Amino acid sequence: MNDSALMRKSIACRRRVLEIIHHAGAGHTGGSLSCVDILTVLYNAVLRISPDNPGDPARDRYIQSKGHSVEALYAVLADRGFLPDEELQTLCGYRTRLIGHPTRKVPGIEQNTGALGHGLSFGVGAALGLRRKRCDARVYVLLGDGELAEGSNWEAAMSASHHRLDNITAVIDHNGLQITGAVRDVLGVDPLVERWAAFGWSVCECDGHDIPRLRAALRREPIEPAKPTLVVAHTVKGKGVSFMENEKGWHHRVPKEDELERALAELDRAAAELGEVERT
Amino acid sequence: MTTDPATTPATANQEVFAETITELARENSDMLVVTSDSRGSGKLVPFGEAFPDQIIEVGIAEQNLVGIAAGLASTGAHVFAVSPAPFLTARSLEQIKNDVCYSDHPVTLVGISAGVSYGALGTTHHSIHDIAALRAINNIRIVVPADAAETRMVVRAAAAAGEPVYLRLGKRPVPALPGTVTEASVFHRARRLCNGSDAALLACGEAVAPALAAAERLAAENIKASVHSVPCIRPIDTNSILDAARNASAVVTVEEHSVHGGLGEACAALLLHHGIHKPFRIIGFPDEVMVNGSQQEIFEHYGLTKDGIVAVTRQLLADS
Repeated sequence: MNDSALMRKSIACRRRVLEIIHHAGAGHTGGSLSCVDILTVLYNAVLRISPDNPGDPARDRYIQSKGHSVEALYAVLADRGFLPDEELQTLCGYRTRLIGHPTRKVPGIEQNTGALGHGLSFGVGAALGLRRKRCDARVYVLLGDGELAEGSNWEAAMSASHHRLDNITAVIDHNGLQITGAVRDVLGVDPLVERWAAFGWSVCECDGHDIPRLRAALRREPIEPAKPTLVVAHTVKGKGVSFMENEKGWHHRVPKEDELERALAELDRAAAELGEVERT
Repeated sequence: MTTDPATTPATANQEVFAETITELARENSDMLVVTSDSRGSGKLVPFGEAFPDQIIEVGIAEQNLVGIAAGLASTGAHVFAVSPAPFLTARSLEQIKNDVCYSDHPVTLVGISAGVSYGALGTTHHSIHDIAALRAINNIRIVVPADAAETRMVVRAAAAAGEPVYLRLGKRPVPALPGTVTEASVFHRARRLCNGSDAALLACGEAVAPALAAAERLAAENIKASVHSVPCIRPIDTNSILDAARNASAVVTVEEHSVHGGLGEACAALLLHHGIHKPFRIIGFPDEVMVNGSQQEIFEHYGLTKDGIVAVTRQLLADS
């Protein structure tokens, strides 16, 4: 799939994220918009997965440790054919599969997450298990930057490099905001690159909304052999909707009717601009 | 499996675990052990030497231990995550709840040196909360074997079960109990060790042997007590517990655990739900700053001994 098609998918998934959060009256708007480009690239240009065989033992694994941004994951999974698009409307409903944090009830979801600081340990275990089986599947784990305050992440980081796992890539959705405010004010994570490098990871940085750069950063090979890979994706919380961008209030605020209309109009304009660029 | 108590030496349950897991590893290369700097305590050094590809060390990091175990299990392995019970079931309780139980991965969590096995080391090293904590988490079987035969059977059953299991093991040598052990009798049912209609003694783990000794002493006073090993505390064997209570004048439970939330309260709730109102006592650790001392001294202080169980049973019958 070419980069333009991925960009169009990202815009479409942003639309669905906003629509379903509005419909459900609940959800994590800002964080879903900050990670949706990462997920679009992973699910459409990187991961070896198939909606026809979601349990294939040789599949790549994606684990969303920052489980609260589940709306982006559901939207991307629906687009990729893992669940019917109309089911997205059941988000957070009574007895729905689409609970407000990822669950394995949904085809394509590997692990139940939501409590922060759990996904990387699980990913390390999966990577160890795949390596034992001499399976060349790769493991991707998405972390939030605020989530890094959970000490369990650092236990997992130590163990990945100790065990020389080069079949795992962790991605930090580094949008700089968490529920209370700026990550640097709540509990700073800098120097982020140096910290992970000191824990034995090969680290690269990229613009987390730049599709070609994401595609390159998320490739299925390690940066260095025998070392785990970390991608620091610099993102904007609420990306794609001007009045949501970098506003901590949109962490889990639900767009009202008029806000949804304005947001969708902005996304429509972005799609139209993309079309014009493609035509020229 | 039947053992003769008279000819079988006392063995620590966690040593039996280590022997059994070694047999399993030989039979199945997808049988993995994960340790948190705990292979020495778990008697797993020989296992690590024999099967270096089937043991994964995570260091002193119990949260990571359980998360990694779940991830390994997701790739088709059966994983035994082995760590001292006080740390495994407290530090990593959220990983047990979410990564294993809620996510439904077939991990067997092996809490070694459970209860007050580490006696003199103090409360940091005691797990008198673990059964209570895990009983309130959905989707985990809780098994507390009493002797070598039960332990051997339960380790094999756990490896084959394909579900989350908590296996609670102690480290002191325990005598072999009478009777026949089957997979069903440790993984699903309670096991009656002797008959008696005056009192029913229900116990688990290392408290079973003193309960059996107490029944023998009571018999000398013409008090007939049945004794039941209840290895599977969750899901509990409702029928056997109700039958035991119906066929006795009084019920006493004994466990190396807090009196809150363990075997005793599980039995009490069961009897009340079924309208069985018998004189009832729970022998365990009360809500107080725990006395310090060796495991045996702590058992003696709180009456988890032959004499303690005899005294409580005798008094309960006298009062009723």
